[in-house]
Amino acid sequence: MKMRFRVISLSAPIIALTISFGLSSLILLVIGKDPYETFRIMFEYGSTGKSIVSIINRSIPLYISAIAVAVGFKMGLFNIGVEGQYLMGTLVAAYIGAQFSIVTPIHILFIIIVAVVVSSMWAAIAGYLKVEKGIHEVISTIMLNYIGTGLIAYSLTTLFDEPNSNYDLPRTAELPETGKMPSLNKFFNIEDLQDLHGFLAVAILVGILYYWLVWKTTLGFDLRITGSNPIAAKFSGINPKRLVVIAMIVSGAFAGLVGLAPLLGYFHRYTIDFPTGLGFAGIGVALLGRNHPFGMAVGALLFAFLQRSAQILDLNDVPKEIEKMMQAFILLIVVVFYEVIRRFIVKQQIKDASKRTDE
Amino acid sequence: MNLAIEIENITKTYPGVLANSDVSISVNSGSIHAIVGENGAGKSTLMKILYGMIKPDSGSIQIFESNANMSSPKDAINLGIGMVHQHFMLAKNLTVLENIILGIDKPLLKNIKLSKYKSEIKKVMDLYSLNINLNQYIDELSVGEKQRVEIIKVLYRGAKILILDEPTAVLVPQEVKELFKNLKELKDKGVTILFISHKLDEVLEIADEISVMRSGQMIDTVMNNNVSKIQLAEMMIGKSLPTPPPRITSSEDEEVLSINNLSSIDEDGRTVFKNITFKVHKSEILGIAGVEGNGQKEVVESIIGIHPLDTGEVVFRGEDIKKQSTRERLESGISFIPEDRQLQAMIMDMNLTNNVIIGRQNIEKYKSSLGTVKTRNAAKESEKIISSFEVKTPSTNTLATALSGGNQQKFVVGRELEDNPSLLIASQPTRGIDIGAQSLIWEKLRNSRDEGLSVLLISADLEELIGLSDRIIVFYQGKLVKELDADKVSPEDLGGYMTGLKK
Repeated sequence: MKMRFRVISLSAPIIALTISFGLSSLILLVIGKDPYETFRIMFEYGSTGKSIVSIINRSIPLYISAIAVAVGFKMGLFNIGVEGQYLMGTLVAAYIGAQFSIVTPIHILFIIIVAVVVSSMWAAIAGYLKVEKGIHEVISTIMLNYIGTGLIAYSLTTLFDEPNSNYDLPRTAELPETGKMPSLNKFFNIEDLQDLHGFLAVAILVGILYYWLVWKTTLGFDLRITGSNPIAAKFSGINPKRLVVIAMIVSGAFAGLVGLAPLLGYFHRYTIDFPTGLGFAGIGVALLGRNHPFGMAVGALLFAFLQRSAQILDLNDVPKEIEKMMQAFILLIVVVFYEVIRRFIVKQQIKDASKRTDE
Repeated sequence: MNLAIEIENITKTYPGVLANSDVSISVNSGSIHAIVGENGAGKSTLMKILYGMIKPDSGSIQIFESNANMSSPKDAINLGIGMVHQHFMLAKNLTVLENIILGIDKPLLKNIKLSKYKSEIKKVMDLYSLNINLNQYIDELSVGEKQRVEIIKVLYRGAKILILDEPTAVLVPQEVKELFKNLKELKDKGVTILFISHKLDEVLEIADEISVMRSGQMIDTVMNNNVSKIQLAEMMIGKSLPTPPPRITSSEDEEVLSINNLSSIDEDGRTVFKNITFKVHKSEILGIAGVEGNGQKEVVESIIGIHPLDTGEVVFRGEDIKKQSTRERLESGISFIPEDRQLQAMIMDMNLTNNVIIGRQNIEKYKSSLGTVKTRNAAKESEKIISSFEVKTPSTNTLATALSGGNQQKFVVGRELEDNPSLLIASQPTRGIDIGAQSLIWEKLRNSRDEGLSVLLISADLEELIGLSDRIIVFYQGKLVKELDADKVSPEDLGGYMTGLKK
């Protein structure tokens, strides 16, 4: 019975994917490009060994970011501030992490803890403002993003700038060797390709932790019932204010991990061109994956695949913005079909329940 | 006599549900025709079909002896049908006059000729002897007056057939009397009235003819003067009415809950309730009567810590619990059945097993030492509730929203009676559910009371209140105005105290 509904639920993203490929094809036709040829090139390029490593690397921060957003979504809280939270956390962690050297596991763990603490404190501000001052979290987190960006720009050029650097742009000092996360290439016996980020292991653990937290613990139960019916949640004895602050802190803690895959695995320092926008991209992935740990993993891989494979398009004279449009199509359509399918399932259940009543 | 409405062989099915099966009914012009039936018997489906809100699968409708083919309420209004919904459709920050003309004019930027409308509405009011001050704001009106505005609204739009959906559900006895007087006046002026209800006494008082529906079928239509209440009830539920067993034990002296001098003032400085003092003994049902909005809801919500208090004590089993959180109170043996099961008691998009846990997330039965939810215990408990409260559901995995109102409520009551609480606060425990579920809940409440449970019962259904309670206290304008012995009070007396007419 439950199995049947699960299969039906899966049809929504598949339908969305099909339709958005169709719409993108239409647009390609309008601008005079061959859609079949375009997609063929994309898949061919996207399935090379190099691309696959790149796709996995790209999907790690996307996935963690989606989880940070999903924790809030589960209780009806919109943390739009994952962006500012992860950038703040990463900057501070990169700076402090470069100040000393100890054995690798402890060094990395320390960097992780710093990032998590900074990001969750930054997120807690929004929680506090909502609970004590009644400021909606969407407004406050967006504002905190701006403030965070300003703070980062200022402190990167002054406080955190690498001393005696002969590099033109501001950046933190490089992490010592002990603070760099080893790649997984040896583990998977990958040769001749770029590094597969070691943070992949952390991402998988984060997915499991998220699942356990939201679906197995009492805290997660409280989050979910507050998300679907805040009034009933209050009558059940939940203190909504306390829960809002907890949820923001947990969401911010996950956000703290977003920037660590690129930091520990590739950049090894915070620079002016450190990847931004991962916090916003995570919102899309969370929507696509319906806040489910497995669904978001698929969503993150899909978006990473589109981003990577679109890089070949410019060489073939197709505007690579088609990839951004496809992502947007997928999101728009999938939201509609999730709702359609949800209603269908509820109807089916009502039907089953009334059958039982007739007996 | 002319027929105002003739419905022939109407059938309407929803996926898996036969809402109306081959329903036929004839309503004489200028009569009051009641339709009675349990919740889910198909009354509202039939009325929605008649009002053009849904289309039947088959069958025909004739209005004033000509074929009616309606596809929206607009068509119904044009044919002279008006509907007064159970929940009023009024804008409370507008005046009566503005509410009545709302939506009549096309929305254009032009001056509304209020005086023209005013004189037209006055004519309608005079014709049907319906009285109301057109310049008052809806906010300032009583429930009965709001209902009158709704009636004037549909009459002004030219209705000759009036559908009233459970019109007395929200009224006190005095207002019901007023409504019935108005309805008789309307009937004398030739208006046809369809009166939907499940309160048999009222139906017998007002209706000329009575049609009974049961599980989507029209059982029979009878003349009022040759049917008894018991016959009607038996037609409605298809079996003889259960009679309440007399109580076997008496309440004990031990005070389970003692409320001392409770007061609450809201942010605007308005008194919500003031100096409330009462006690609930072990093995006793204390009923609270009051028209909605007189502070009784806030008092019980303050007992579980949801509504804020200014002064006073809430003593539960000898301990002042005023400083405790809602969660601590719920876990210390107070159970709460809120008045709105879908909004306050259940999570509609979760399954029954998850719904068992709500309100008890932190007790040992449902929370492991690791902080995880013990789903298996919850599944066992929901199985138990489903069988002992006769909840009709395919399984414990069914979403709460898939259940009918009566089954949802039985499940909530079962959940709240689990683990033998010392005190149960039941707010409108049988509102809007069928007779079968209602009598089961009554029986369970009585049994629990006999086994030592203390119950604080709020109900708008005065017969329920009198029938179940041992004592009744009455709230009026935020004060406790009267304490009564439930054995010696009539609904009329109670209504008098509730509206401040009696002191």
